Amino acid sequence: MAQIAQFDVWIPNDTAEARDVQERIVGLMEQNAWPMRECFGVRLSLEEALVNAIKHGNRMEPDKKVYIACELTEDELTIVIEDQGNGFKLEEVPDPTEDDNLEKPGGRGIMLIRSFMNGFSYNDKGNRLTIRKKMGVENEE
Amino acid sequence: MSTGTRRLEIEEVGDVTVAKFIDKKILDEGNIQIIGNQLFALLEEDGRLKIVLDFSNVEYLSSAALGKLITMDKKVKAAKGKLRLCAIRPDIYEVFAITKLNRLFDMKDNLEAALEGL
Repeated sequence: MAQIAQFDVWIPNDTAEARDVQERIVGLMEQNAWPMRECFGVRLSLEEALVNAIKHGNRMEPDKKVYIACELTEDELTIVIEDQGNGFKLEEVPDPTEDDNLEKPGGRGIMLIRSFMNGFSYNDKGNRLTIRKKMGVENEE
Repeated sequence: MSTGTRRLEIEEVGDVTVAKFIDKKILDEGNIQIIGNQLFALLEEDGRLKIVLDFSNVEYLSSAALGKLITMDKKVKAAKGKLRLCAIRPDIYEVFAITKLNRLFDMKDNLEAALEGL
């Protein structure tokens, strides 16, 4: 499928900078007539993933950076987000929907990303996330 | 009272306090902190025990905002008060449904329904 846009960027470890990139990506989707609901899901996923990278990955350290790569084709969006932290083990993140965890305030970001995106994978270290959304395709998970 | 710009529009309806979110997007950590403080103050400083949160302006919220709502719900329950959420648009409702928080919160379609029998 023909590529519409592609860019990659390193940003400072700052949520305001991350939100600018978020707006740029969602703007590309809107310009290319992606459904509103899918723009909502991608925006939320980017918010969660970037806050995770800045806060949990890079631990808010101002000298660290976050790498973001984006590729948009006519019907598919792929985004890579990498932080400079020590990574984590996905299997060690508790399920926030279990009864014992339901009233705990944290741990829902990853669940939302998995639900709104079609593809979700971390590298072995746990500091690079790749997410993918296909236009018009509900999540099979 | 908590500091910072007011993020909630407060209205008294009988003995119920309706707190309407002013922001369209509840994402930024700093804003969420202020919103949390203003919500907690309704209960802890003003002693309000029947609270309705009106989401009609809200177009986006992140998991960080959900965390504050969970803490607020716990505080209200501990004080033997009642908290209801209302006027949540479908996209946002899906965020509650995915995380199964629709089981935790008392959610109503609109303000009238939220005020009924509270």
